[in-house]
Amino acid sequence: MSTIVLMTVTGLGLAALYFLVASGLSLVFGLADVLNFAHGLFLSVGAYATWWAAGNLPGAGSDGWGFVLAVAFGVLAGTVVAALVELVMIRPLYSRTIEQVLVTVGLSLAGVAALQAGFGADPRPFPRPSWTQQVVTIAEARVPLDRLLLIVAALVVLGLLLAFLRWTRYGLIIRAGVENREMVTALGIDVRKAFTLVFAIGGAAAALAGALSGVYFGSVSPTSGASLLIFAFIVVVIGGMGSVSGSAIAAVAVGLLQQFVNYYGTSGAGDICVVALLAVVLLWRPAGLAGKAATA
Amino acid sequence: MTAERAGAPGPDGTVTAEERAVGTGTANPGGAPAAAERTAGPPADAASASLLQVADLSVRIAGLHILQGVSFDVASSGVTVLLGRNGVGKSTTLRAILGLTPRNGTATGSVRLGGEEILGRPTHALVKAGLGFVPEDRCVFAGLTVAENLRLAERTDAPDYDLVFSLFPELSKRAKQRAGSLSGGQQQMLSLGRVLLNSNRLLLIDEPTKGLAPKVVTEVAEALERAAQAVPVLLVEQNLAVVRRLAGDAVVIAAGQVAWTGPGEQLLADPALTKSLLAVNAAGGH
Repeated sequence: MSTIVLMTVTGLGLAALYFLVASGLSLVFGLADVLNFAHGLFLSVGAYATWWAAGNLPGAGSDGWGFVLAVAFGVLAGTVVAALVELVMIRPLYSRTIEQVLVTVGLSLAGVAALQAGFGADPRPFPRPSWTQQVVTIAEARVPLDRLLLIVAALVVLGLLLAFLRWTRYGLIIRAGVENREMVTALGIDVRKAFTLVFAIGGAAAALAGALSGVYFGSVSPTSGASLLIFAFIVVVIGGMGSVSGSAIAAVAVGLLQQFVNYYGTSGAGDICVVALLAVVLLWRPAGLAGKAATA
Repeated sequence: MTAERAGAPGPDGTVTAEERAVGTGTANPGGAPAAAERTAGPPADAASASLLQVADLSVRIAGLHILQGVSFDVASSGVTVLLGRNGVGKSTTLRAILGLTPRNGTATGSVRLGGEEILGRPTHALVKAGLGFVPEDRCVFAGLTVAENLRLAERTDAPDYDLVFSLFPELSKRAKQRAGSLSGGQQQMLSLGRVLLNSNRLLLIDEPTKGLAPKVVTEVAEALERAAQAVPVLLVEQNLAVVRRLAGDAVVIAAGQVAWTGPGEQLLADPALTKSLLAVNAAGGH
């Protein structure tokens, strides 16, 4: 019993990371039709900026409010980088899909190389707050607090995103744009402004995932973004392009499946099962669980 | 193809000298983007009488020459109806005016709104400048509620909800319903309502009665009639009963070119002409 609880919480923690990366990816793809392979870079930027801030930014540190400040710095860095990437590299290439993919793939490779050049190829120990390493007992299972931190953070982001999509003017534009972008412009709205915003939001969520993955794994490395991105893409496809709640459900399914199969089966079988799940969903519902219409 | 059409009169021989001149001027083998070296434009006095002047509009999509030098004017009041058989390029014309030609296509020629060239300007800017668009197949946002669809369409600080709800009371009753769950007629009302919330200089409306029940067709036609009292309309419509009710001027497109222009009444009063241009029986209504 205690093993099942621990596996569930750990799987949900992993799902939280997937969701944070996938939600932005999904909105960007749903609205702007951009398959953003550089999204993992935003995660790495967030992780490294948090790591750097904890050691160097005045007031920031590895515990208490200092750590919150460090994470906020990391999220800000990810947001700025994502918005700049959209404005400088993606914007001139809208409607040129192949070039866009090439640019984002190139950017993701260049980003990893730049991080290696700046901080070395080896993983750096991440300054995680000491309380995240403590455990609580839930139904006889000893659960590390870092997993609960991931889950709470993802739930907060999910709530904020849904509220934003539901209650704000830009949220309305994004939901409508995911459904029919051309019709949004035919109502007199410059939908490209929303593209930058969606990139920035996605960058912020990915950067938060970067900081939290540092807490979870205990280290940051230049390639951590790329490995999480693969599963995030799977989550996006399963959940349905452009759907935040679809991403949340898919992230939970993928995280739990992966965790349980990897534990009870051979190590690595969980990753294969995730791909199998992807295939089944695509055959059963080609547009993903939520379909392209329902965004919020 | 372009060479043939330069001298080709409409089926009824009513192509005017002016149109002929425009047609000749647009002979443009290869359809290079630099299209129009027009030898004749609309006469200067037409500019004052008409709100929108389409001159020598050519559209190529995926290598197909869909519009081949279309020229017509839209009056500054009332309804101008764009007619023609299926697939002749009526919707393509509306979409080209609005800058909605697909990415794999090009639109060349000239479209002037109030004397100002607008072809090639971004769609959202044109709509903001007062071109209201009601697309074929309504294009309401299915996942959004009726109220959200309307809210998204607001372009002014004082959207005219009174007008919209007086024309379509159903929309206020169903404000919280998802637009995707509305009937076709209700979706059409929503699509029209989105545009009528704002003050426009010209409405471009594409087949508003397509696929609707007869009773709803009447309702939509009434709404259009009322809307047209306040703002000029360029309407694509296949239902001749609706055309008869609304049309001021008519423009008939055939094979990518303007085949006939004149008062709508005159067209509909001549069954032989209607049949030759539209392949329908005017007396039948549709």
